Amino acid sequence: MAKVISFLTATRGKGRLHWTDWVSYTYLAVGIFLMFGPVIWLVLSSFKTQNELDRFPPRFLPYAQETVELDGFDDPLIVFTVSEASESELAGETVAQTRRAAGRAEVVRLDDPDTRVRLPAVDLQAIESVSFATENYTQLFERFNFLRFLWNSTFITVTATLLMLLVNSMAAFALSKYEFRGRTTVLLLVIGTLMIPQTVVLVPLFLIVTELGMFNSLWGVIIPGAATPTGVFLLRQYMITIPDEILDAARMDKASEWKIFWRIIVPLSAPAIAVLAILAIMWRWNDFLWPLIVLTRTENFTLQLALNSFQGELQTDWASLLAMTVLTLLPIAAVFMFLQKYIATGIASTGGK
Amino acid sequence: MDLNLPSVGVQLKNARKSYGDVEVIKGINLDIKHGEFCVFVGPSGCGKSTLLRMISGLEPISGGDIVIGDEVVNDIPAADRGLAMVFQSYALYPHMTVEQNLSFGLENINTPRAEIKEKINAVSAMLQIDQLLGRRPKDLSGGQRQRVAIGRAVVREPRVFLFDEPLSNLDAELRVDMRGEISALHKRLGNTMIYVTHDQVEAMTMADKIAVLRLGELEQFGAPLELFNNPHNLFVAGFIGSPKMNFLKGKVDTSDRTLLTLETGEQVRLPDSGFGQQAGQSVTLGIRPNELQPAADGALHLEVRAVEQLGSDSYLYGALSDGTRLTVHNPGQTVVREGEQVPLNFAAEAVHLFDTETTLTLRDQT
Repeated sequence: MAKVISFLTATRGKGRLHWTDWVSYTYLAVGIFLMFGPVIWLVLSSFKTQNELDRFPPRFLPYAQETVELDGFDDPLIVFTVSEASESELAGETVAQTRRAAGRAEVVRLDDPDTRVRLPAVDLQAIESVSFATENYTQLFERFNFLRFLWNSTFITVTATLLMLLVNSMAAFALSKYEFRGRTTVLLLVIGTLMIPQTVVLVPLFLIVTELGMFNSLWGVIIPGAATPTGVFLLRQYMITIPDEILDAARMDKASEWKIFWRIIVPLSAPAIAVLAILAIMWRWNDFLWPLIVLTRTENFTLQLALNSFQGELQTDWASLLAMTVLTLLPIAAVFMFLQKYIATGIASTGGK
Repeated sequence: MDLNLPSVGVQLKNARKSYGDVEVIKGINLDIKHGEFCVFVGPSGCGKSTLLRMISGLEPISGGDIVIGDEVVNDIPAADRGLAMVFQSYALYPHMTVEQNLSFGLENINTPRAEIKEKINAVSAMLQIDQLLGRRPKDLSGGQRQRVAIGRAVVREPRVFLFDEPLSNLDAELRVDMRGEISALHKRLGNTMIYVTHDQVEAMTMADKIAVLRLGELEQFGAPLELFNNPHNLFVAGFIGSPKMNFLKGKVDTSDRTLLTLETGEQVRLPDSGFGQQAGQSVTLGIRPNELQPAADGALHLEVRAVEQLGSDSYLYGALSDGTRLTVHNPGQTVVREGEQVPLNFAAEAVHLFDTETTLTLRDQT
């Protein structure tokens, strides 16, 4: 911990701050603000009530108006202070609002719920305190089938990632370690597909998926993404660096090609495979366009699609939308936090070596 | 447990290899008897490693036959030829421990666990790597890796061992040690071994038989001293022996076939018998550095350009009047200095004679 602190507070100037310290710390502070500002805003907003979200100008922390339960009223009533300047006899007192219409409000005293008094709404001052609207989250589970969406997203991400790693590493093995006629052509074709935007192949892909009966099935999302040119290329570049002599040694050791793949190539490519796994998890989890096209029934929705469905044409359920966005972010952030060190080392070693 | 190694011979019959239009192995015939330690030696690019890989089965052959034991193995995959190979880079599996490296081959042929254990123990004790079984290759020194690589070959009890320049990554001292150990291993196992190297000292010290290769062709095949004493051509003469044999070009006298006039104008005597030189023929005279002695009446006049004193040996490097370079090896120390002129003499019996045109030896072959 002491190391972390001394690292974070390291300065170039000894004793006093060098001008480069000012520049770098300012730069870092701006960077942190740009990176984390939106995320923090999102998290705080997800704890705001719908009323608070609609408020302008917006406030940083979530506030909620105080309410009180009184005999004779079914719902909790909002509590106000009547301003001192009011001409009403209630000036300065705390009241509960029972009704409000056309600029006039009907209130009762907290200790006298039966006597209703009318006064101008402008006289009422809201009593507010910081309060986290956790019901945004709980109602995700009550009103929406959140767990179902979570399962769909997880299933697609895990299966597609595993499938992709398998297919891509086998292709990369063949393209890096076997001499065969047309190898360069195949590689160029694979890389060439990188240049075709997904939107161009969207319609043909959709037709194929429909023909294969995978429309509205999770497999329709998983299978088309099983082989990616980026993955094949990334793994191939790494596998090229594995010396051929090791494979020859394994062949002399009577290992089958299949065994060479599993026992030699895969363990030795682990850093590159880890990188690709992280990328694949992020791609699949955040994928939106293709699932939107293939999955139309609500029970098949992924989290991303569910988020989208909160945004209606006439009104948007911002409270639920924000809460689910936060929940959607969490797994991917966790994965990234645990595996990010592999990205750095993996990418560094997949370059030239 | 004793390692029981079946030993067989290896024969190459007109073995060829080409990559596209380029022929890299141009029809090689070799007969390696069982139990022999055979060394393939030659300058880099001569095809010696390719030839070894052809025998191993890692490189398919383009023509001819490879016979191991009494079986033609042209179409048998590497794994089924019953060979084991030690690679130049050791090619240990970096992600496995030493023990796993040794056991990998045995697991692949479904050897029972207990038997694997027993064999690994025997081999690791023999090669003194039993302390290293739990380590990974990156934690080992070069010599230790080399032992593990050899152990991996031995543990599979192959019929023939193939070594592909196994010592070239070691430092000089370790190389001498390992050379001795591999020779000792050969004596102990009594197995056929084929060893590739570009280092003729390794070849001379270890081999029962040496095959000298150049540009995909076999130049000479024989016992080390046979190659040293009776090289078939200029290439072998120059390649075997360190320092290199000295070559002097000249013409045999038209009337006296024992008199050779060198290009420098100096005249030297040739032996009367043993060589088939013709009067008036252009020949190249070969003489080993240790056969040249400073002598007052010497026929050759060497201008010394560099002197190396090693204490027990000394080397003179210089040139004759026409610029032909000569090396002289003297036992003991010398008083000769750089820039001096030294007359040199040699015994007529010590010379080698080659036809300058065909480069073949003129020695009478018995």
